[in-house]
Amino acid sequence: MSDYRVLPGPEHFLPPAAASMGICLPNPGVLWAWNEKAAKKATAVRHLFNTLVECVQPGQKPMLIPMPDYRPKYPKINPEVEINPNHPNLTIWHNRIDCCMFIGVHCHQANLSLKIIRGGTSCYTIAMCAQAGHEDAMLSFRDASVEKIMKLADTVKRLKGTVQPRLASAKNGVSS
Amino acid sequence: MSKERIQISEALYDIMPSDYQDLVKSATYGKEDRGWKDIGTSKELIEQHSLCAGCPESMAFRYILASLPNPEDTVMVGSTGCTSLVFPMVAVHNIHSLFGNQNAIASGLKRALSVRFPGRVKDVVVLAGDGATVDIGLDMTLQAWFRQEKFTTICFDNELYANTGGQESGLMQKGFVAKMAPVGKLFDKVRLPEIARESGCHYVVNCTVSKPSLVEKVIRNAVHIAREIGPTYLQLYTPCILEIGKNSMEGLQEMRDSEKPTERFAYKEYVSEPAKQLLAELAAKDKERKAAAKQLAGQVSA
Repeated sequence: MSDYRVLPGPEHFLPPAAASMGICLPNPGVLWAWNEKAAKKATAVRHLFNTLVECVQPGQKPMLIPMPDYRPKYPKINPEVEINPNHPNLTIWHNRIDCCMFIGVHCHQANLSLKIIRGGTSCYTIAMCAQAGHEDAMLSFRDASVEKIMKLADTVKRLKGTVQPRLASAKNGVSS
Repeated sequence: MSKERIQISEALYDIMPSDYQDLVKSATYGKEDRGWKDIGTSKELIEQHSLCAGCPESMAFRYILASLPNPEDTVMVGSTGCTSLVFPMVAVHNIHSLFGNQNAIASGLKRALSVRFPGRVKDVVVLAGDGATVDIGLDMTLQAWFRQEKFTTICFDNELYANTGGQESGLMQKGFVAKMAPVGKLFDKVRLPEIARESGCHYVVNCTVSKPSLVEKVIRNAVHIAREIGPTYLQLYTPCILEIGKNSMEGLQEMRDSEKPTERFAYKEYVSEPAKQLLAELAAKDKERKAAAKQLAGQVSA
């Protein structure tokens, strides 16, 4: 974090971080089985995460950390157990998380968190959005359905070993 | 409404923090006769709180949250003050309003919920301190009562502005000297319970939170009456032990001392005629339900 500066222009032109620490952040929309579709989506999210675990390079450590609700439980919250969107520095562990994927976050909370993470860190953000997508995420899926999440998991599996992570030096916003 | 709606997705159950798992497994959502006696045997709707050690407000929170008749379909509206430090740890929907704005927010909320969920009982409960209720928000408090808005207003009366260091509030007693009010209060404690009655509240209670069974009774009454008839108001003494120079263990005794018959928090209750009728009907139904349960238990054991 020390040598990072917010650069002029859209931050998403930054080279993506080397994803040595990728975090899936399932949110209330999928964590709670408030309807049948949500429960199915949760199964798909779990499948996607399991696929990621199988497919990452040695040394990479994907994690699945829930955000059960949007209560600002600071300072009691343990950021390795649950996420608090009101404190993005906790959410991305003071820029120690390279890549995070938001799933099932309500739009207004996602907008807020993605903006802050994008403005203040070099964490690569992915939004798996059930609506029209998020302009503040660096990679945004729209209309994320169970089928689409499963398809993504299949693609990850298919591409296993074919995509090399970028060098860590690309992380600090130095474009070359 | 029942607990069935509050379920964790099975595929992600294992990653949920244990307090959420406990809420689903053993909290008293949907339990018809929930009350303070559930404390200790079921998951409470309040997690750790950030109040001072021994703060009577934390007791009040626990009793109130254990007593709400319909927590899964209740929205609480809070305001600035010590209470706002607790709401992040409360597993009931809640809104933090601008300082003093809480009854205006609750008015709109209650109306919107009635339109959005016409077939479902949705309760709104305002919970704010005396500064928000009586000083900064008095306009909103009174106007909501004048309009007969159907929600409950609870005032945690600690008789000063506690979390900003002890400034004088309208509910401070006459002559009291606080850290930030060195001259002493020059006029009497505002008589908000009487004002509430004259402003159209159908159920008004002034008491302390020393007795959990009493808190349970008044909360249930206030919510049921607000749901069916009109505004209700509870003024609960939750002394700030720090600002009145007491120790952590002395909060309960302070409340007991203040509820003696000649003291300012002696139990006072006002119930309007329609509210009396409703309470009588509810009591009859409750009796009937208990008798039926007893009969059923007898049949099972026979």
